[in-house]
Amino acid sequence: MNTRKMRRMTGIIALLMLLIVVMFFITLGTGVVNISPQEVIQTLLGNGTDQQELVLFEFRLPRIILALLIGIGLAVSGVILQSITQNDLAEPGILGINTGAGFAVVLFIFFLQDSMNSVLSFFIMPLFALAGALFAALLIYVLAWKKGVNPIRLVLVGIGINAGFSAALAILQLKMSPQDFRQATVWLSGDIWNANWTFVLALLPWILIFVPYALQKSNTLNIMNLGDDVAGGLGSSVESDRRILLIIAVALAGASVAAGGAIAFLGLVVPHIARRIIGPLHQYTIPISALMGGLLLMVSDTIGKNLLTPMEIPVGIVVAILSTPYFIYLLIKEK
Amino acid sequence: MFSFIQHSKFIKLIIVFLTIIALGISIGFSVSFGAADIHLSVVWQAVFNFNENLTSHQVIQELRLPRALAAVMTGAFLAVSGAVMQGLTRNPLASPSIMGVTHGAAFALVVVMAFYPAVSNFGMTIASFAGAGIAVILIFMIGSFSPGGLTPVKLALAGVAIGTLLSSLSSVIALHFQLEKQLGFWMAGGLAGTDWTSNRILLISGVIGMLIALIISKSMTVLNLGEEVAAGLGQNTILIKIMGILTVLLLTGAAVSVAGAIGFIGLIIPHMTRFIIGTDYRWVIPVSALFGALLLVLSDVVSRMINAPYETPVGAITSILGVPFFLYLARGAKRGGNE
Repeated sequence: MNTRKMRRMTGIIALLMLLIVVMFFITLGTGVVNISPQEVIQTLLGNGTDQQELVLFEFRLPRIILALLIGIGLAVSGVILQSITQNDLAEPGILGINTGAGFAVVLFIFFLQDSMNSVLSFFIMPLFALAGALFAALLIYVLAWKKGVNPIRLVLVGIGINAGFSAALAILQLKMSPQDFRQATVWLSGDIWNANWTFVLALLPWILIFVPYALQKSNTLNIMNLGDDVAGGLGSSVESDRRILLIIAVALAGASVAAGGAIAFLGLVVPHIARRIIGPLHQYTIPISALMGGLLLMVSDTIGKNLLTPMEIPVGIVVAILSTPYFIYLLIKEK
Repeated sequence: MFSFIQHSKFIKLIIVFLTIIALGISIGFSVSFGAADIHLSVVWQAVFNFNENLTSHQVIQELRLPRALAAVMTGAFLAVSGAVMQGLTRNPLASPSIMGVTHGAAFALVVVMAFYPAVSNFGMTIASFAGAGIAVILIFMIGSFSPGGLTPVKLALAGVAIGTLLSSLSSVIALHFQLEKQLGFWMAGGLAGTDWTSNRILLISGVIGMLIALIISKSMTVLNLGEEVAAGLGQNTILIKIMGILTVLLLTGAAVSVAGAIGFIGLIIPHMTRFIIGTDYRWVIPVSALFGALLLVLSDVVSRMINAPYETPVGAITSILGVPFFLYLARGAKRGGNE
């Protein structure tokens, strides 16, 4: 790592942190009840009214933190997936991993949720999402396998798997009770409206374990980015590393999806912007993507919450509207 | 594979004949099956010897017959749209749903419903054409701006992106104007609620669209050999493309405005048709129409049966049939290649 690049990264990280803090105060202050920044600080220091404390600590704070964590998880998952598939257009949403997780969660809501208490179910749901995400990833990997995995085939098979899970979901949803149906629908369009501290606690360990681990594997990812032949020549055990990293990417996507619903395109667009700013080395792209992902999701959630008040636009829809134009631009540029 | 079929006009005619019979039987089944099963002889009487005092005759005339006919036309239109798209682009994944055309039509429908709630059925169909047009134009713009043209994978990704963008925008508009239910219907696709008015709309745009498709079918066969070859043989490729796009807009637009976004018919059927009767588009177009109609009529019956008395969205049924097929095509796809 040369020092100039290091300095540049520090600068960008400082800027992103600053933006996140600014966003943090804007988001905390806006909503059905408006609270000014001074009052926000007063309340955080413990000097607010009861109503302000309730709104901030029970509703807005967990939601913001959850948005941040989900954004981090999806962005880092996207970085890893793009490198291990050597495909700029890979992403948990497009590949069908999110829908796989979604399918498992809806199965969980349908069959098991009523039979256990709610706190336990918050911690079990991510496990189900993970199982679904892994299953989808395995399915894609197997179906795309034809004497090796070709990146193009991987993406096309992913699109097909995505459509298949969506159809299965549509059929399953009809068999649900109206209340479960609502929960499932809202959840599938990507939403964090029912955020609470338990969800934050359930997601936090996944992010805290796997993001640093991915960062530590940066060099392996850098080598993989060069292509299988080069990676093999440099002595990297490509297939086994690829599998471990794939599981990490799937775990991050699955846990994020369990908390925030099926949010697509974030994991695709953010790593691209990060690479454009700082270059392809993962020591730089992982932290910057993580922060940008968190920021983008916070911004999207705030827009979704406030644009059509009192109605809320699911955050997944806002993310899609913000990021698909950039994706289309990437498609046009891609050879 | 079936080369003996592809070379014999007689066998092709027999296939057409058998498909028409199968279609007739499925329509009869579709009309007689429902919340109250009605015997086929009663169906016959209701159609040819209508007695307005009988409830069963009323049910058939007002609900089931229009529904079955709408299924016939919608299925045929989507299949022909897919065949024309695949013929024009020589891209095996081209089809209305993969390319986001159905989402475009649904988007325009929501916009019109939001800003002109009093819009007539006819106005909605026009909007649906326009929306399908927006999506097609977007896709072709992506294709013409990108250096490598539209490879199958790029087409599929562009379709996903444009479809997601348009359906997200539709969701926001629907949320604001409280049209979620209508949007949900268009996105899932279904034939419940079709009446004689929808059939009239389908018929008018269908006749025009099918006619154009048949007129350009011979040129499309030549176009399939490659654009240079077609131009060398004296074909006006631009004119054929414009007429082809017009066909797609008319047929897809009409289908979506009546039945919502029903996926994968436009993808599977043309492949099946070419596999059986070859690549002569003078045959591909009409046979695709018949196969598409048959598939949608049967899917509609299944969608009413599997969770009776509730209806499963017919789009989910066609997706479940279509996904394995899509995966099969995807496994064959190579970087940049056409087949």
